[in-house]
Formats: sequence, structure tokens, C-alpha cells
Amino acid sequence: MRFAPTEEQTEFAAATGALLADTCPPSAVAAAWGGEVGRHTGLGDGDGRIRAAWDALVEMGVNGILVPEQQGGLAMSLDHLVGVLEECGYSALPDPVADSAGVVAHSLGQCSDTAPDVGAVNDTLAAVAAGSTVVSGFGSSPLVASATTADTLLMFTRDPTRVDPDAPADPAADRVVLLDRSEVDLEPVESVDGSRALARVRWDAASGACVAQGSAASALTDEAFLVAALADSALLVGLGRAMIDLTVSYVGERKQFGVPVGSFQAVKHHLADAALAVQFAEPLVRNAAHLMSGGVAVEAPGSIPTDSRSVAVSAAKARSSDAAKKVTETALQCHGAIGYTVEADLHLFMKRAWALARSHGDSAFHLKRVRRQLLAG
Amino acid sequence: MDLTWSDSEQAFRQECRSWLEGNVPAGGLDSGDTAEGFARHLEWEHQLHEARWSVVSWPEAYGGRDASLWEWLIFEEEYYAAGAPQRITQNGIFLLAPTIFEFGTPAQQDHYLPRMSAARDLWCQGWSEPNAGSDLAGISSRAVRDDEAGGWRLSGQKTWTTRGAFCTHLFGLFRSDPGSERHRGLTYFLVPLDAEGMTVRGFGRLDGDEGFAEVFLDDVFVPDDDGTTATMERGGILGGVDEGWGVAMATTSSERGLTLRSPGRFRATAARLVDLARDRRGESADSVLDAVTEAWLDAEAYALYTLADVTDLSEGRSPGARSSYNKVFWSEMDLRLHRAALDLLGAEAELDGGWMKGYEFALSGPIYAGTNEIQRNIIAERVLGLPRK
Repeated sequence: MRFAPTEEQTEFAAATGALLADTCPPSAVAAAWGGEVGRHTGLGDGDGRIRAAWDALVEMGVNGILVPEQQGGLAMSLDHLVGVLEECGYSALPDPVADSAGVVAHSLGQCSDTAPDVGAVNDTLAAVAAGSTVVSGFGSSPLVASATTADTLLMFTRDPTRVDPDAPADPAADRVVLLDRSEVDLEPVESVDGSRALARVRWDAASGACVAQGSAASALTDEAFLVAALADSALLVGLGRAMIDLTVSYVGERKQFGVPVGSFQAVKHHLADAALAVQFAEPLVRNAAHLMSGGVAVEAPGSIPTDSRSVAVSAAKARSSDAAKKVTETALQCHGAIGYTVEADLHLFMKRAWALARSHGDSAFHLKRVRRQLLAG
Repeated sequence: MDLTWSDSEQAFRQECRSWLEGNVPAGGLDSGDTAEGFARHLEWEHQLHEARWSVVSWPEAYGGRDASLWEWLIFEEEYYAAGAPQRITQNGIFLLAPTIFEFGTPAQQDHYLPRMSAARDLWCQGWSEPNAGSDLAGISSRAVRDDEAGGWRLSGQKTWTTRGAFCTHLFGLFRSDPGSERHRGLTYFLVPLDAEGMTVRGFGRLDGDEGFAEVFLDDVFVPDDDGTTATMERGGILGGVDEGWGVAMATTSSERGLTLRSPGRFRATAARLVDLARDRRGESADSVLDAVTEAWLDAEAYALYTLADVTDLSEGRSPGARSSYNKVFWSEMDLRLHRAALDLLGAEAELDGGWMKGYEFALSGPIYAGTNEIQRNIIAERVLGLPRK
């Protein structure tokens, strides 16, 4: 029994954190803002990318963590990736590491032998490890972050958040394809987070390179959705930590009534509650990553028989989303008026958290998934 | 990450489970916080001791099994899953014993620990006073030096002493340096409740059980330690004179941390809650079923968090002030678990049944062992690093 990352995983994550501290400071995140929101706030005219950070991560091997060795990857596990994603969240990196290195690499790795178009799958895996930008979307016209700079898109016909969970999905209708950016119809839309580079993606399920169809596509869709929700959870834990640290630092310096505002008990209790929420969300994320990496769930008497992987991921996403939302409001309240501006860094983290807390299923959606399994017997 | 149990841990679990299956009293026991219930619980403690289950993590010489922290967790999981009785010896074995292991002389360890594991000495905690609760350093009960008689004379009043009316011994803090203030000049005393000058008055808790006591000390004599059994039977000092604060703090981290509230306990409550929710789901509002799910998730999160803590402890990394996170979380989780059950029961919740009694008990969690307001200050100051002033 050992509930902790390996020494190698801890060191890899720490090295990622150090690299991002250099290449992805809040000023770089602000400069990556673009579109109408970027102009309106006067922050940036960027495209949602910090290429210095992305290139450094690629060089370190981050993008190939889940990619098999044959395609130039490190063939490591989601256990390994979540620690890295927490660091990406901590620095509010806007680039789609969670998508390329997470959802896409994991999904394609699952069908590198079985896909109808094996060639496209393996080429894309190799491209991901080498730093190509591949993002994913669920449904016929999903909102996809970083879509405007993506080289390739991995598209799933079914959006698991929109399917009525009481009605069994028709597996025969599912299809998963890889499309070049030129093969889809991108309609840029404005996100509250100007670094999201968000677009509505319309695409033709009959086009592109086929990754899976029918029941294989259905299973792959469910799997990819779990990885997407898990990856968001890890980013949210990192964002939560970052906002707490920013706030602790600010309230330690800001003085009113002759003392730091952080010495007031009301402020202390707000921050203690925020820290508690993040603290008890993180083990759920780590546990979900372990199960999604093929690990065995801990055995305990009287534990309720459930589909442990899906429950574990939903537990992680529900709690990390709630924790991050709570932290955003606490952090803003403790910052006071300066937090209510685009001049302080806090908003960069808050707005990302608002977006991710509701992507790939919000807390109510995931709580319901847990509840259905728990109370079914 | 490796969330599997080793073969020997599995075997340990099986041994716990079979013994508990054969021995846990069917239908449970009356509350251990009443005189009759306490007597039945005492028999149960003797039964546990005879089968060497009373203190699994202690050395064999003191009645334990030298179990690892992991095995201790397993024992607790099995114990609560089996619906075994509450541990009336808990304040001794979980709060005092770790302190005796750390600060006791070898003679004290040999004297007190076997008697504690055998439930011959039953310990209660003498910390809080009428004017010193969460502010423990504000205590005024005093220990006066009597050089002529060769010992100390204790006077003052302790209160909120759990099961004080039924226990045999008290461990507590007394001001031994009359000129001292706050956490300086305190000494950690061990003293029998039948000593001359000691008066114990039990009183009802929120649920009416006589689970609390006031303890009045009027010139209670504690002789200097000469290493003999006869002297130790009359009490003694743990750690050095005037060094009681440091000794006591070692105990509070046990109380706030994982030793007092193992995850098995809450998982067992969560499993019962889920059973109740399955029975009642047709007549319950969605919001109530969501609250059940949230409370179950709490118990899962707490169990995983504890695995991370035990991993750290096993590898020599102490959680330190982080134990304040545990205390706030488990105590508020216990309330959420019971509140959800009462909401499922609806109008029947007011019946004086197990869930209502459990809810009343859970309400004490955020208050004892340092209120959760104090714990939040500790989290903010010692973990997050916010300024004290």
C-alpha cells in the first residue's frame, strides 16, 4: 500500500513546475489573451498560446508522457500526467497540454492497433510527442479551446454530457475521427477567459481519418471523456492552489487598520475553508488517475460495488470543480477591490477555473453519475 | 501508487474479521456513557484484551500485536464494519498512551501500559477547566510543591471530562510554577480518581447520557517517582516538571489527527447511510439524495486522504499542523453524514433512534479537541502561513 506519487513522478512534476515558473508567468498568460476580450481588456493580442512554454514542455517530453515508445513517447501513465497537469493549472498555462498529452494521446494509444485508419492514428501519436497541437471535441458542434491554433482535431460524435443517462446510447451511431484544422468549420467565439482561444467546431462525421466506429467508438468516447474530466480536475486542483497562494501572499502584505488583513480571523477562516476544499479534492484526483492507469482500487469492507473508474473520475471532477469555484470567490473576496480588476493577476486564474469547472460535465452532472451508481442497488 | 494490500495484511484482515464475526455482541450494547452500559463495555474491553485486539499497534509485551499503521487501519475498518461497540478506553489508548510511549520512563511504561491495554486502569482527560477550554494555556488548576512529604499537591477544577464518572484515572495539566503564565510552568500529571481529596460529579450531555464529569481536586497528593509500583499507583508526572505543555501538545496532535478518527468509522456510517437511502429513495427529494451522495464522497475522500497521511508517516514525513485539516474535515463530515440520514427519515427523524443519537454525538465533534474555529486558525497560520497579528 502506498498512496503517493513515485519519486520519479514527484521530480518530473517539480521540474515541470520550475520550467513553467520561468516560461509561463502571469504576464505571459495575460499576453496570450486575444480576440475581442483581449482588446476590450487591453491585456493582449495573443492567440492563447505561450510558445516558449509549449516548446520547453515538448523538449522535456511532457507531450509524449502517454505516447507509446514506438511513436517516440515516454509510455508512462496518467498517474504521471496528473502531477504535471496540476503544475500546468498552477501556472494557468493556456496551451492545450491536457488535450494533446492527455485526452488525445490516451485515446489514440488505446487504438493504435485496432483503428480503421491505423496509419493516421500512429502518425498523429508521433506528431503529439513531437509537439504537434491536437485538441478534442465531443458532439456535433462543440466548443473547443485552443481550436484556432490546433494542427489536428480528434472529434467524437457523442457528447456524454448531453446524452440522457436513462436512455442507453446507440453504440452503432458513434464515430471518432481525426481531422485537419482545414477540414472543420471553426467559428471563433469569445470566452470570459481571453486565453482560451475558443471556437465552435462544426464538422462532418463522414470526413477525416476514422479512429473508431460503432461499439469501439462508443467505448473510446466514454474512455476519452473520463480522461478529459480527469485532466480538467488536475488543472483545477493546480488553479485552486495557485489562487490560494496568490491570496495568502496578498493578504500578508496588504495593511488596513495598521495590520496585515491576513491577520484578521474572518480572512483566515475563509482561506482555511478554501484550502480544505482543495486539500480533500486532490486525493480523489490522484485515486482516479491511478484507476485510469489500470491500477486496482483500494479494498475496504462494506464498500459499495460501483463501476470504480467512472465513479472515481466523477468524484474527482465534482469535488475539484466545487473546490475551484469556492476558491475563486474566496480569493476575490480576500483580495478586496484589487481582485475586482484586470490589473491584478487573480482574474487570469479565476476565469480559467470558471471555464474548466463546467467543461466535460459540471459538479452537478458528475454528482448525479456517482449517485446513480451508489443508490442503484 | 499501489493500493493493494500485501498477503500478510490480507491475512491480518481475515483474522480480524473472523474474530469479530464470532464475538461482536449481536444487537450492540447500551451506550457506554451510562453506568450500566459502561459496565457492559468494560466486559467487552476485557474480551478484546484477552484475544489481543485491544491495542493492536502496541508491542506484544504490553498486550498488542506490533501491528503496522496499515494493519491498524485495517483493524479499524473491520472493527467498525462489524458494528463493534464504541471504545470506552479510547482516551487512554489513543491520547495518553502515545504520550507515555514518547515521554514515559521505562518504569512508567511497564507500569501503566499493560494495565491500560487490559482495561484495568481507565483513563479520562483532565485538561479543560471552567475558564480554559479551547484556550488550554489559560488553565489555573495548580500543583504545589510539598518538599516535606516528597511530592505535589493538586488543587482546582477540571470539567467536560468524558466518562469521568466511570473512569479510574485522570491525566491532566496543572500549573506547577505559580509565577508562570500561559503555556509555561505547567506539568503533566497522572493521578488516580480514588485519591484522597478527589471529587467526581457526572452530568448529562446533550443526549442525556452521563458522559461528562466535573472533577474537583482538593490537595490531592502525588508522590515523587521512586520507580516503585507502590508509588506509581498513587500517580506521577509525565515528562519533566514545568514541561507539561510540550508533552500535552504531543497528545493534541494525536487527538486532532488520525488516531482518534480512523476512516473505517466514517465509511461504516456512510455504508449504513447508503442502505437507508436505497430504502427510502422513492420518497426522498433529489436534494436529499444528493446530500447522501456528497456525504458518501466525503467518506471516500477522507479515507484516501488518510492513506496519503499514513504513507507519509510510514516514510518518516510527519503531517504536523496538517492534522488540523483532518480534524475539521472529519468532524464536519460526521455532521453531514448524520444530517443526511435525518433528512431521509423526515418526520421520523425526531424519534430517539440511532441516527438522532449519532447526530447529537456528531455535534460535539466540531467543539472538542480544540474547536474548529481554533483549527481553522491553525490551518491559516501554521500551514498557509498567514500572520498571527
